Amino acid sequence: MEYLIHLAILIAIYVILSLSLNLVVGYTGLLSVTHAAFYGIGVYATAILATKLGVSFFVSILIGVIVSSIIALAVGMILNRFKDDYYALGSFGFNVIIFSIFLNWQDLTRGPLGIPGIPRPNIFSINFSENLIFLMLVVLFAVLVYFISCFVVDSSFGRVLKGIREDEKALQVFGYNTHHYKLSIFVIGGAIAAVAGSLFAAYISFIDPSTFTLNESIFILAIIILGGLANLRGSILGAIFLVLIPEILRFVGMPNEIAAQMRQVIYGIILMLLMLYRPQGLIGEYKL
Amino acid sequence: MENQTESNYIKPIAIVVRGLVKHFGGVYAVDGLSITIEKGKVTGIVGPNGSGKTTLINALSGILPIDDGKVSFDGVWLSKVKSYEVSSYGITRTFQDVRLFNQMLVLDNILIVLTERNVFGSLFEKHSDFHLKRAEEILRRVNLWEKRHELAKNLSYGQRKLLEIARALAMNAEIYLFDEPFAGIFREMAKIIAAIVNELRVQGKTVILIEHDMNLIRELCDHVFVLDSGKLLAEGKPEEVLKKKEVVEAYLGE
Repeated sequence: MEYLIHLAILIAIYVILSLSLNLVVGYTGLLSVTHAAFYGIGVYATAILATKLGVSFFVSILIGVIVSSIIALAVGMILNRFKDDYYALGSFGFNVIIFSIFLNWQDLTRGPLGIPGIPRPNIFSINFSENLIFLMLVVLFAVLVYFISCFVVDSSFGRVLKGIREDEKALQVFGYNTHHYKLSIFVIGGAIAAVAGSLFAAYISFIDPSTFTLNESIFILAIIILGGLANLRGSILGAIFLVLIPEILRFVGMPNEIAAQMRQVIYGIILMLLMLYRPQGLIGEYKL
Repeated sequence: MENQTESNYIKPIAIVVRGLVKHFGGVYAVDGLSITIEKGKVTGIVGPNGSGKTTLINALSGILPIDDGKVSFDGVWLSKVKSYEVSSYGITRTFQDVRLFNQMLVLDNILIVLTERNVFGSLFEKHSDFHLKRAEEILRRVNLWEKRHELAKNLSYGQRKLLEIARALAMNAEIYLFDEPFAGIFREMAKIIAAIVNELRVQGKTVILIEHDMNLIRELCDHVFVLDSGKLLAEGKPEEVLKKKEVVEAYLGE
């Protein structure tokens, strides 16, 4: 049971991450592979504030969101100068920078030693150290993020995002300063990712930089492509799918000595087959 | 006699282009072009392929940066045209290569140009009944209201061209730049477009039309500019200009 709750918490955290990345990649067409950086900023915000300064969890979420937004604003301004593949490469560069800050700013982050002992939140005498109760908190945030995302994509703002994805230059001729829109959605995406980070830090209680590499960004990207770009429910489905597949493969019953490697291989094959036969994702309609 | 009376009063001007240069590497697509486009008239721009017609329109709408020279919209002189600002001068356009928002609904292709331009404003708005009514009116004008829930990419080529013109109409602009709106479409649809051009003229709007079909130029245009190798070859009333020897030569070769 604990194991299932653990998986559910992971899924809910990845739902938050993938919904927010989908706003940037799926709806606006900005191929960002730097989501783990904002995720990490949220994680470290909560980890540092809670362990060093004893700041309460919910305040640390807020600070994480603010820090992440400011950094997203600065990075977004630079990335807005790039297009398509170059955008992806530029965002990748930012992920590398943030990762090396986590790794090397030892006074702040303790570098590779990581930060242990991050406390669970405690509010109104509800003790979130019980995993089931913490799960409810994470799901609550995931639902909230889902509704915020729905609100964004259903508005005129969301329509403009899609227009940018389809033909930014043409859209400009109709009087839209598309840079403002691209910047806004990048900041919104970064801010939401930081929330997921805070939740993860409080849940896992020990963090180190290795979680926030490019690999993680690509994993989140894989979730939204697999689930369906520009489809919010697709992101939820993709998160469930990609978190569960490797877990299910644990129970296939392979010889112990090759089990771990075989899981990776089968996982990779499943992903390739899916992209081959369903390039638009599980329930998406749009292809990059 | 008629010419004399015409030159006796100052004609209202929509666009002035002075010494406009746009080059791609060593190739000068527009080479020191100076033209004046009158308000409330349909002006044709003709010329062989590669004569700089589309480049001119792209420079006027900020799609391409101007290398040299300046333009004036309604009396405002600019040496740098920003694409997101041209609409504030009342200018809108269509594209030769039909640039719709393909993976969006037909209706959304229209609504997007009707709704709020401000980032925060747009976040708290979907579209009003007024927007929807206006979109219906425009889409019915080009017979696409029934297709409003289809993706723009699933329309036929002619319907896509009509949708692009509808999108320009939705801008309610003063100056319309139409880049080969009649190319490659059926007669019934061409009739709709010709009717729209005439309606715009009646409403006192300025239309700039790039077109290869000389019959359409004669039928629709008040004035025509002939471009060749990025320079002005001739201008005047269509029936006179199109008869000129150098114009015929430029089109048909020696």
